[in-house]
Amino acid sequence: MPEGPNGRTFYQRVVQATPGGKSLAQCLQCGSCGGSCPSGPDMDHSPRQLFAMIMAGMEDEVLSSNTPWHCVSCYYCTVRCPQQIPITDLMYTLKQMAIARGKYRESGHVDFSNSFIGMVERFGRSFELGLATRYHLTHNPLKMVSKGTLGLQMMVKGRLSPLPESIRNMPQLTAILTEAKRIAAQQEV
Amino acid sequence: MTAPNGQYAYYPGCSLKASASAYERSAMAVLERLELRFVEIDDWNCCGATEYFSLNRLPAYSLVARNLALAAAQPTHELVAPCSACYLNLRKTDDHMRQEPKLKEQVNRALAAGGLHYEPGTLRVRHLLDVIIDDVGYEAIAAKVTRPLAGLRVAPYYGCLVVRPFESDDPEYPTHMDRLLEVLGATVVDFPMKAHCCGGHMTQISEDTAFELIRRILHNAAAYQADVIVTVCPMCQLNLDAYQGNVNRRFGTAFNLPVLYFTQMMGLAFGLQPEALGIGSELVPAQAALNKIGQVPAETPRHTPKRRDKDALPMPSRQRR
Repeated sequence: MPEGPNGRTFYQRVVQATPGGKSLAQCLQCGSCGGSCPSGPDMDHSPRQLFAMIMAGMEDEVLSSNTPWHCVSCYYCTVRCPQQIPITDLMYTLKQMAIARGKYRESGHVDFSNSFIGMVERFGRSFELGLATRYHLTHNPLKMVSKGTLGLQMMVKGRLSPLPESIRNMPQLTAILTEAKRIAAQQEV
Repeated sequence: MTAPNGQYAYYPGCSLKASASAYERSAMAVLERLELRFVEIDDWNCCGATEYFSLNRLPAYSLVARNLALAAAQPTHELVAPCSACYLNLRKTDDHMRQEPKLKEQVNRALAAGGLHYEPGTLRVRHLLDVIIDDVGYEAIAAKVTRPLAGLRVAPYYGCLVVRPFESDDPEYPTHMDRLLEVLGATVVDFPMKAHCCGGHMTQISEDTAFELIRRILHNAAAYQADVIVTVCPMCQLNLDAYQGNVNRRFGTAFNLPVLYFTQMMGLAFGLQPEALGIGSELVPAQAALNKIGQVPAETPRHTPKRRDKDALPMPSRQRR
């Protein structure tokens, strides 16, 4: 089986990066996950297939699959899995690994997450107007009119703030996140 | 029964200060009636929604853990979040830090850079729905009902994260909000899609995925002739309400289903005025549904300046609401 840095297999790295991930070894290939998934039809591989591929060490194929990116985080698969595999959390792990290896194809998802977190790292709070403007200008410029109409309706109803709100102790939050990133950078995913 | 000292640490989350301000307004009005004391965590930050965990897990946990550390400084161990995604992130971080000693150590190293520390297990993280049902109870709620929602057909929409993966009720077919709404006097319709996904952030990233999920839920509620869909989560409310027009245009449907928060339904049944509950900020208007329970539309306060004699003495102007 192809080994990654520090002699760990792909399977071991996935498992170790996911709380409760050890139960992946117990996967029965029953398919309850795929059958429960609301976005199954959009996925390259069902979660069941993806797990078999992880066990087979097919790192490149797994990390370039669109499957984790279509996970809507509804946890249906997780509660239905007869082996208590934390499937949704495994999808989060695979997304991180795909980003770390530059394997993802679904750039819209990554850019959306990055835009969202960019606001949070700057203000400590999410900022919906800033996020929507930044993300849709780069990804759906043609849809800006319809998105803008909805935004305007929301603003009229007092549901969209024109200005970001910031927490008071940004230096503290920045220090915490910087340290967390430093620790994360020291370990491979 | 309430929290030991009757007090709860309150984590509003970003939505309740913006797109879901009606949820906060109605929740606060109802909590006052129920005599529950919520103290907002000072200087809380965003929970990262579903975005940060996709990018980098340690900063994601640390972002959430700052809130846990700040909340743990309050004189209560009960932490309440009304947003299902916030609730999940807070609870998951506490749970995972407890499960994984290494994660606990690393998160606390990050927190220490900001002079904070969190011992997992200190707080009991709960969703607002569970607090109201479990700590107040159906009987005490029934005792507060002065205007029963009689004749109103409601579809109780739980969405995902309040019942999964941490199961506060059946994760497939929960019924605790159904009972709550019955206590308020409403007719609860059968609603097989009640715990299915609203699409979450997919309305922004992939409309093809999101609009179909929203359509299924609206279709199901309409098929059972619901007058209103009742939610417990700002994301669910936003997706079903704000994108209902897009769904109608895409699929040629004519859904016209207002989407209200369970706290708004409670407030109405407690005799509070719709405006005091933030009703009116939904994009699919709830008025037709409210007419069924005798809630006449409030007079839109029109600004008609009184004509005064130009020689009259100057008077302090009336304070606007």
